[in-house]
Amino acid sequence: MKIDSSIDYNETIKIIRKYPNEKKFTLAILQDIQKEYGFIPKEVMTKISDYLNIPLSDIYSMSTFYKALSLKEKGKYIIKVCNGTACHIRGSNSLIEELTDILNIAPEETTEDGLFSIEIVNCLGACALAPVMMVNGKYYGSMTKEKVKTVIDEYRGLEHEQ
Amino acid sequence: MNNSNRKILVCCGTGCLANNSFEVYTKLKEKLKDTKIAVQPLVKATGCNGLCEKGPVVKILPDDISYFKVSTKDVDAIVEKTILNGEIIDKLLYYDTNEKKKLISHKDATFYKHQQKISLRNIGEVDPLLIEDYLERDGYKALRKVLFEMTSEEIIDVIEASGLRGRGGAGFPTGSKWRTCYKYNNFPKYIVCNGDEGDPGAFMDRSIMEGDPNTVIEGMIICGYAIKSHKGYLYIRDEYELARKNMQIAIDNAKKHGYLGENIIGSNFDFDLEIVRGGGAFVCGESSALMASIEGNVGEPRAKYIRSVEKGLWNQPTILNNVETWANIPPIISNGAKWFKSIGIENNSGTKVFSLVGKVKNTGLVEVPMGTKLRELVFDIGGGIIKDRPFKAIQTGGPSGGCIPKEHLDISLDFDSLSNIGSMMGSGGVIVMDDTTCMVELARYYMEFLSEESCGKCTTCREGIKIMLEILTNITKGEGELEDIELLLDLSETISNASLCGLGKTAPNPVITTIKYFKDEYIDHIVNQKCNAGICKKLTSYYIEEEICIGCGLCAKKCPTNAITGIKKEPHIINADICVKCGACFTNCPTGAVKIGGVVVESKN
Ligand SMILES: Cc1cc2nc3c(=O)[nH]c(=O)nc-3n(C[C@H](O)[C@H](O)[C@H](O)COP(=O)(O)O)c2cc1C
Ligand code: SF4
Ligand code: SF4
Ligand code: FES
Ligand code: FES
Repeated sequence: MKIDSSIDYNETIKIIRKYPNEKKFTLAILQDIQKEYGFIPKEVMTKISDYLNIPLSDIYSMSTFYKALSLKEKGKYIIKVCNGTACHIRGSNSLIEELTDILNIAPEETTEDGLFSIEIVNCLGACALAPVMMVNGKYYGSMTKEKVKTVIDEYRGLEHEQ
Repeated sequence: MNNSNRKILVCCGTGCLANNSFEVYTKLKEKLKDTKIAVQPLVKATGCNGLCEKGPVVKILPDDISYFKVSTKDVDAIVEKTILNGEIIDKLLYYDTNEKKKLISHKDATFYKHQQKISLRNIGEVDPLLIEDYLERDGYKALRKVLFEMTSEEIIDVIEASGLRGRGGAGFPTGSKWRTCYKYNNFPKYIVCNGDEGDPGAFMDRSIMEGDPNTVIEGMIICGYAIKSHKGYLYIRDEYELARKNMQIAIDNAKKHGYLGENIIGSNFDFDLEIVRGGGAFVCGESSALMASIEGNVGEPRAKYIRSVEKGLWNQPTILNNVETWANIPPIISNGAKWFKSIGIENNSGTKVFSLVGKVKNTGLVEVPMGTKLRELVFDIGGGIIKDRPFKAIQTGGPSGGCIPKEHLDISLDFDSLSNIGSMMGSGGVIVMDDTTCMVELARYYMEFLSEESCGKCTTCREGIKIMLEILTNITKGEGELEDIELLLDLSETISNASLCGLGKTAPNPVITTIKYFKDEYIDHIVNQKCNAGICKKLTSYYIEEEICIGCGLCAKKCPTNAITGIKKEPHIINADICVKCGACFTNCPTGAVKIGGVVVESKN
């Protein structure tokens, strides 16, 4: 698992410099950082604040306001379970139960090996296939408890191969 | 058979992609390469055809054959039988539950027959990444018309006369929004497309951006020209990666072809578009919060005594419209205000796209004229309720909407009728519920959603919704009191009155409407300690009705705790002490002998 101190700041600066130093790029920069590291490291916030000339507190409040950003490190595979209305009434709760059972973590937590995080989201926009979940951008529609297990095994399998 | 002009359209919308349609597409292309046909048919990846649950969808033109649930295993047969020999593959055809037969063309399906497509007109027909496909279907013709034949006022007149109302929720007249903004002589002005689509259960905006990005671009340029703006932003939600990708490619291609950028098709008019990725907060769909977010701030709404048409993005005049609204602009310009007004009903012209989801057989995207009856939507187009269970209610308008009971099934779907009965059009999410949905739990669900999404600026919204959530949670646990119902209504009033933005103002709607139409269920939970839908586990018990049980043992097989006992062909019994109320017996009993609530039969041992 990556830890703060191992972050290569030259990379960070490169990401930040891709954008002109205008305030309107704050969210975009933060999203790129989130994508790169899986969270927004404290040190990086300071760098963005310096570069854009915006108070650190503003960067912090954005990082906590937007759901796409996180201050906590996320796992290698981020499992988003949809709990939008369409999914909710077609039983998304049982998927969440199954996942927390299998992975032994609560929603918004990450497994100890740093492999999986569970997130509950409001709608993945594939409601016709409800209930839906997504792993690192890949959609899984018409989910059942049984299929949850297969999907997790599939990703665990990938890890073994590597 | 003549293969010229043959097209194979493979649906590559999000729904079908989730079912591996891209592999089908790739394999079809490969297979055709190896086949020696004089003229190779075109294979295209299109956007969503609407019936995602039956996807991947493959259409063959001009023969007009539609195949559903196609897998890579079917590719050989499609090429060898259908493409080379003109044979139809029966097992891939669509089975229409209304007509009770298989259909060759999807256009004959009850699901499509009742629809009329304006904003979805190109989706499923064009490759969203090819501007040529859009041009072939009269794309950018409306833009050409406004740039060379119309003045700003003429354009705004047409939009106003068409009666188009914004499709993003509140139904504000689009033409009058444009006119007000046009009048301000304060430059620069901005155009914004609201592609945040925060309502859970709605995916029409995503399908438009993914399946026909050019129509959104064209609509925005037309508005830019009309109000003299040179810069537009598309705020697209975080989860919609494919929508962002397709929009970006379309923007780049439009630039290459001279439809965007400087001196658009030689008209001297400059206009540019930029995509902003949403931050994943529901409240950012609200117009002032969305603009704050584009500016690089926390997306909090502001009070609207000054409207954004006067002071919006960076305090400059700004027009913000919804994706579907934008998609309606080019056809209105091309076909005229009269044409648009002739569709739909008085004060609600045109069509509306609904995402029909929940416990309905044909879930999907549906575009119908305004004024279509709810019953038609659910029972004709939607094919009725899954497993033919009893219909209970419809939820429209997302979290700010309301629940409509069966007494109102004949209501006309338009902005005004829906708000008259306490619901809302919202973005067009229609969630169908059967007798296994608990209305109290649903109200609780929405309060949980909204309490998480409140930006926290107003005390009434931040604290009030939380208190409502607490009360509702207690009721679903069997810890409610009768006075709670009054208290919920009191809180609703305060929250609506004293909150700043639409989120807080409309938050109590799901509670108010469920109390209005389903008060019995609240009382059942509080007084009788029963949840007849079997959703609130503490208030649910299952029993088997002796007379109906045929003793097939399916329930016992499915029970995870071995709570069901019985001899084959004789009535079975549920042991309440062991039952964990998972409901597996209930959903799997072929005769409906497993019942919810009522007297629990205690086992003797
Ligand atoms: C809390 C809240 C969330 C909203 N979310 C959206 C949204 O996701 N998409 C949208 O188009 N409009 C949304 N709206 C409505 C917009 O504020 C705005 O009215 C609309 O985008 C205007 O476009 P229209 O006139 O074309 O409908 C939301 C409103 C509120 C109060
Ligand atoms: S009503 Fe709620 S969401 Fe809207 S501004 Fe107030 S606190 Fe924020
Ligand atoms: S509800 Fe679940 S645990 Fe209870 S009897 Fe039925 S199958 Fe068994
Ligand atoms: S509600 Fe789950 S994908 Fe839309
Ligand atoms: S994505 Fe193919 S039908 Fe909707």
